[in-house]
Amino acid sequence: MLLIQCPYCDEALPELEFAYAGEAHIARPADPSALSDEEWRDFLFIRTNTRGPHFERWRHIHGCGQFFNAVRDTVSDRFLMTYKAGEPRPVLNALEAAE
Amino acid sequence: MTTQRHNFDTQPFLLEELPPVARFSLRVRSANRGALEGALGLELPDLVGHRSTRGQAEVLCLGPDEWMILTPEADRDALVSVAASAYMQIPHSLVEVSDREITLRLSGPQALTALTAGCPRDIDAIPVGRGARTLFDNATVVLWRDGPQDFRMNVWRSFVPHVRAILDKVMAELKSGL
Repeated sequence: MLLIQCPYCDEALPELEFAYAGEAHIARPADPSALSDEEWRDFLFIRTNTRGPHFERWRHIHGCGQFFNAVRDTVSDRFLMTYKAGEPRPVLNALEAAE
Repeated sequence: MTTQRHNFDTQPFLLEELPPVARFSLRVRSANRGALEGALGLELPDLVGHRSTRGQAEVLCLGPDEWMILTPEADRDALVSVAASAYMQIPHSLVEVSDREITLRLSGPQALTALTAGCPRDIDAIPVGRGARTLFDNATVVLWRDGPQDFRMNVWRSFVPHVRAILDKVMAELKSGL
């Protein structure tokens, strides 16, 4: 079974305890009514759909209940790292060098 | 052809439904944790899965800002009134969830084996005296490890028939040596 490191529990736990929650680092616009229809559509629906390392949100819903961010390779399904919500986006080159 | 003789365990584990206790879900920001500990007279562990006991009250840390408190039913009103009087100084949320859950106790030589039938987590890696919120089949449960082969499991009441049905099946399989 795929194990995911929860940064809040500080433990690698089975995937079944977690729920995927979409792409990470997408900030909601401060003033939605000022956006054009296209900009609003892009915020709501347009995602990077990366092939390779993907920054995404996960929630440890059947555990500590917290949201956190993860970098997962969408080709190999391998988790490169997980980090707490609110922390800056990690630099990919350093992660890949550490592999 | 040889005749095989088997000595299967007639009581692989014991499944009991424990009498009701008062259960509370407590949420408080980490900045206010210390102050609330003093006000409630309880120790709130700051690591997920750790437990503390003060008198007859038990506390389990479920998340970075979430705790489960078990007290005897007689102490319920005292805890609620103490928390209410501290509320203005220390904002927090104390919700009684006694009726939401039923506690099952699993003990006996194969209690751990029985739990592995439903829990994806490595149960053996939970140290004695800790706990965790996890899954049993598709029901979220709070698991307390009281001894190497002694567990308590808080199950939401609507999931209890499902959880018991699985454990009964596991019991039958273990008795028959499967």
